[in-house]
This record gives sequence, structure tokens and C-alpha cells, in this order.
Amino acid sequence: MSEQTVAPVLERSIENELVVRFPEYVSLDPRKGYSGVLVKPENLIEVATALRDDLGYDYLVSVTGTDYLPEGMMETVYHIYKTTGGPGLVFKAQFPRDQAVVPSLVPVFPGADLQERETWDLLGIRFEGHPDLRRILLWEGFEGHPLRKDWHEPFFEDEVKPFKSRWPEGHIQRAEDKNPFSNNVAYPPDFDPDNYVEDKDSMLYESLKRSIKQQGSEIQTDIVMVNMGPQHPSTHGVFRMVVALSGETIVSLKPVMGYLHRNHEKIAERNTFLQIMPYTDRLDYLSSMSNNFGYALAVEKLTGARPPERAEYLRVIMAEFTRICNHLFAIGSLLNDLGAYFTPILYAIEERELILDVFEAVAGSRMMCNYFRFGGVARDLPEGILEQIRKIAFDRLPPKIDELDLYLTNNEIIRSRTEGVGVLTPEQAIAYSAAGPVLRASGVPYDIRRADPYGIYDRFDFDVVVRYHGDAYDRYLVRIEEMRQSVRIIQQAVKDLPGGPIQESKPQYQVRVPAGEAYGRVEGPKGELGFYVVANGKPNPWRYHVRAPSFINLTPYELMCVGNKVADTVAILGSIDIVLGEVDR
Amino acid sequence: MNMDGMGIVKGMGVTLRRFLGTFVDDLKWLGKRYYTEEGVARRSSTATRGIFTVQYPEEKLSVPEEFRYVPFLVYEEGENGEKCPRCTSCGICAKVCPPQCIWIERTVNPNTGRPVPEPKAFYIDIDICMNCGFCAEFCPFDAIKMDHDYELSVYDRHQKDIYDLVHLLKPVSYYATIRPKNFALEEAAWAKAAHKAID
Repeated sequence: MSEQTVAPVLERSIENELVVRFPEYVSLDPRKGYSGVLVKPENLIEVATALRDDLGYDYLVSVTGTDYLPEGMMETVYHIYKTTGGPGLVFKAQFPRDQAVVPSLVPVFPGADLQERETWDLLGIRFEGHPDLRRILLWEGFEGHPLRKDWHEPFFEDEVKPFKSRWPEGHIQRAEDKNPFSNNVAYPPDFDPDNYVEDKDSMLYESLKRSIKQQGSEIQTDIVMVNMGPQHPSTHGVFRMVVALSGETIVSLKPVMGYLHRNHEKIAERNTFLQIMPYTDRLDYLSSMSNNFGYALAVEKLTGARPPERAEYLRVIMAEFTRICNHLFAIGSLLNDLGAYFTPILYAIEERELILDVFEAVAGSRMMCNYFRFGGVARDLPEGILEQIRKIAFDRLPPKIDELDLYLTNNEIIRSRTEGVGVLTPEQAIAYSAAGPVLRASGVPYDIRRADPYGIYDRFDFDVVVRYHGDAYDRYLVRIEEMRQSVRIIQQAVKDLPGGPIQESKPQYQVRVPAGEAYGRVEGPKGELGFYVVANGKPNPWRYHVRAPSFINLTPYELMCVGNKVADTVAILGSIDIVLGEVDR
Repeated sequence: MNMDGMGIVKGMGVTLRRFLGTFVDDLKWLGKRYYTEEGVARRSSTATRGIFTVQYPEEKLSVPEEFRYVPFLVYEEGENGEKCPRCTSCGICAKVCPPQCIWIERTVNPNTGRPVPEPKAFYIDIDICMNCGFCAEFCPFDAIKMDHDYELSVYDRHQKDIYDLVHLLKPVSYYATIRPKNFALEEAAWAKAAHKAID
């Protein structure tokens, strides 16, 4: 939070460079606790293009918005980085709430596509020039934009937790009883549920037709629309893709999501800072420790808390174990999708079980760990667990990863199903904001642990895993190798694990967070996991946004699929590795 | 690399080794690999090989001390067997609860109108509880703790899944058996605090 102190003109920073370059429409963000620059909405594209082409900021990682209801204005928030590494830049565009329109950045950064749709859906900010601005997480007939601060849900009880009705006169009441099924939904004013004819998908099919036309083929063949999902075994949950097929070849594909949507961000804005922690577990429920890590980092940036040494090491051990768990699961379910039913996934899960045993002993729960606290971790390792971690990291995992490698990597069926399938070039991967193994399999050596280190990752010796074909097979290879690197990190961390306290100060349930904004990001198993938090000095965050890697990695999904056969959608989706709890939030 | 099928053959070798591993262990542990405590412990240890499935519900994995599942209230046993809850109805658990599943009614002295440190009513809706453990973590009186009992299915959740005081109260001795190490630590801390207070 040091950049934002009003800088003298001499200081060389990207923010100042931008202000000097575009003095009419770029200014430093003057608010206390905020950083970055404000850009006039009408000049967004110009500034973004200059950032990409002249200044090397080629990787737009996050697009979101904030509703400042008391000030009567809204803003869109963009986080942009260099793929060569280093700290990033945040730029924002402000506009009045009732004229929430900004130009779309999709022409410059195609990776903004799904994120701008999400911002439109949840905040009602219209992106002029977006090729396909539809709702994404909610259905087309939904009334209102729920992340606006004046929107209330049907079960609405109070603006913020803790609710007054719980104590000291807590008479229990079920939300369902108070709000019976028939009127727990708000409909648009001219909506008549009795005479409603469902056409919510017409926009979806229109958009599919548009993208087919754009690609224009010479031979006129019948295009067949196939709905895969929401209930399809390959989607690992409730994910739907509408595929336009010419014969067996994919001409266009649209992902449809939101079936598991619960508006995590709205829930979090109701919660106190600490109360959000267990909710982050439920985003990507296969890697809750990493989710905790990202959120703890974001809040620690605001409060300035610094975890003690032992806690830092424990964090790294847990986060790397999570990566191994996640990759084991990803590889296992990729093989499931390819038709190798259950033998590979069960072999992979065996090791995961042992790691989850450690999580259970340390954090109290196998998957919903809720282990990180601001300025430390919840509890120390119980007796005997360090020994178990050692056994797993030194004796058990290395041969088991080799065994998995031997078992699968050279299997001819796997190779013929995945090699050359779902290719993403490095330029495309960067432009489409792909992250994690998807980005690195395309030959971009970008790993936040190296590019912009957080915690104590700068102390460890490990390699950033890169592969260069950008196909599904390379994404699989990246995951195998990343597990080996994670084992290396854990081995070093276990060797160096110091003693001492695990929390900076006495644990408190009311965390004092000064006003300001922060973006905490970690290299999650699926890619860059970022938390954008705006605090206004109250016990609850004013804005809380999750940059969900598996959601954003779906942006290039259509690009990867077009031209492949319909059966390959499954292999490609498996190689992206999504978890619907995080996609839909 | 060629595609002569050797990759598949080598992979099948892994499967075969795993398959045999199960029987080797079965023979080594003749009759003791299943349905015994050592057998379960062995199968869930880092030395396991072959099939590692635990046959729930005939076999159960033991849970570690820190395992947390749905809170309960600790009470001290009085001299005449009466239950004295440690809870003072201060409301911290209700305030820190992320899904707000705790309802507490404070006891008020009818004569003075002032609150008495004892809950009049205490409800937890376990359908809403997310087992995060914050209530136990931040209770200043060690009065609410997370349980180890995870088999909670009932036929009628509307009637049975709202736990009241009767359901929630469990004796200190029970707490001491499920979390011996934490119990010992807390007792020591309380004793120290009491000692200080006397000084």
C-alpha cells in the first residue's frame, strides 16, 4: 500500500508514466488506501492498448466492478500484469450509477469476455461493444443486478452480519417458514409466472448462430446443435455446453454456467472479514487451503499483519499439499473423461487420502479446512503429524508420482486422445487471460510464485514447469511435473520449519481493517486465484471479488474446441480442470 | 516416441503390481487385515498398499482430535448431578458464526431486570451449521466445543435438526474423552488464571 502516497513527479512508476503520457484522462487514484490510476471511461480502450503494446502489460487478469452507492457512482476495476513478471497495475473507470456504461475491452483483451459478462450480470454495468453481452451466472429473466448495494434478496434479513435476531433474544426461526416457497422469488414487474413461456435460451442460440456466421464456411451443411449438460458425466458437476456441429466437427461452442451460483460475493459482503474465511473453502472445494491463502493475503495487505515464520512455512506446506491433491484429482478425472473409468482416479486418490488425513488432523476437516487466519494459521501441528508429513513427502509421494507417470504418460490411447487436441498458442493463452497449468502448457513460463512472489516462496528452490505444445497432453504433463516440484518445496519447507508462534497476535474475531483496497493473489492449483477486497473501515468488506481461475480459464474454451471433434470437448474440458463451485460461485 | 503399445503394457504392469499387492498384504495379515482396528490403521497409513478401502459402516476410520463436526455445549456436573452449563450467554459464538445458525436467549433476572450469565435457550440449526469451528475457537469460557459424532442423519429434519439445550449439553467428561490434549491444555490455563487471580 505504499505506491498510493501522492507521488512527486520524479518518482518512476508505471502510474506516473501513464499520467504523464495521458494527462487529460488518466489521474492517480486520490483515495486513501487505494492505488493505481483512474481512466476516463471513454478513453479506456486507448489506455489499455497503450499498456499492452507499448508498456508491456499484456496480461489482463481481472475485470470487475464496485458499486459506491453513497457516492452515487460505480467503477470498473482492471488488474493487469506483465507476463515477464513483476508487480501489476490497477486501473479503474468511474461513472455515475444511473449511466453505467463503459467500452468493452474484449477487442483489446479477449480474456475480458466472460468477466465482463459477469460484471454486467451481477453489477449491471453495460460494456459497449462486447460481442455477446448476456447474463452469465443468472438466468435471462432475473430481476435486478444482485451485487448492487440497493438490491436485496428474498430472504433478506439485514445488511450485515451478525444479525440482531440471534442474540440476546434469539427465538429460532427458519428462513423457509418466514418466507414460504411461493413468494421467495422476485419477478420482473411485467412478469406473469402462470403464462410464462420459457425462452430464456433464445439469446444463447442467437449468439451461437452469430459466431457460426462469423466463421463462415464454404460448404453449406446442416449445423446440429447439441446440448451437453448440465447433467453430463464429463462436466464434473452442473456445467452445460451448447455445441454447434457440422457432422462431428465443432463449429462453435458456448459454455453455460451458473447452475451452482449462490452469489458468494454478496454473501461475503454481508459477512465480517473473518466469517468469509470458511466460505472461501467452498469455492474450489478441492483446494481449500489455497483459497484460504489468497484471501488471507488480501486482507493482510490491508491490515499490514505479518505472519510469524512458522506460520509462513506451515502455509507453504499446506498450499503445496493442496496443489498435489488437486493435480491428482485433475489427472484422475481427466482419465475418467477419456474413458479410463475409475482405475486411474482411484490410484490417484489414494495419495490424496493420505494428504487429507494430514489436513484433518491439523485443520479439523478434510476438505473444508478453514485453516488460515489473518497473521497466521489457526493451530499448530499436533503431535506426530510432522512425522507423517515427512513420510508422505519423502518416502511416499515421489515413487507414487513416478508410478502414475509410468502408468499413464506413455499410454498410447491417452496420447492419441490428447496430443494436438485443444491447442492454445502462447499468444492466445495470454490474450485470453488463461492461468496456471493451461497457460504454462502453452509455453508461457508464468507462475506467480516466481513472477510476483508472495509469502516466503522466494526462499525455495523449484522449477516453473513449462511445456510448449499447448494441447491437452501438455497440460497433463505440466500437472505431473508440478506435483514433483511441489514435493520439492514441501521437502525444503519441512527441513527448514522453524519453531515459534503460529499467530502474530492473540486471535480476534473482530478484525480491524482500515479503509482501502487490496488485491491478493496466489498461484492456486488451477491458476491465478485473486481476491479483490475493498474495505471502508467497517467490520464487513464493502466489496469482495474472487478472480476465479477455473471460471476465467473457460474463456478460451470455445477457441480450443472449434475444429476438433465433439468427443474432444470432454478431453479439453478435463484438461482445463474446472471445479464448478468456483466457476459458478 | 513410437506407438507400439508398450506404454499400455507397462501401464498394465502397474495395475498388476497393485492387484498383487493387495493379496500379498492379505496373506501377510492373514485374517487380520479387515474388520480389526490394526487393519484399518494399516490401510490408512503411509505404508498401505493394494486396496485401501475401509468398509464403512462395519469399519470406521478413527477421527483425529482436531476433527470438528457440529458444536455442543459443555456442562459441569454439579454435586447432585445437576447440569451447570459453562455458557454465560455472552453471545460471541452467535456473533462470530458465519452462517448465523446459533440463536441464544439470555436469562434475565425477573426481579432486577438484569441479565444473568446463563442461557435461557440455546438453539443451533445443524442444517445451516457449516462446521467451521469458529464458535469453539473464540469462546472465552471453553463452553462450546466441536463434536466428533458425524452420524447425524434423521428421518425428519424439520423436527429434529434444530438442537436445543437438551440436545446440545454434554458433560465435561465427554469432552475430555474426545479431546484429551486440548482439555488438558485448557484446564492448565484455567488453573493458572485462577492462581493469578488469587495472588
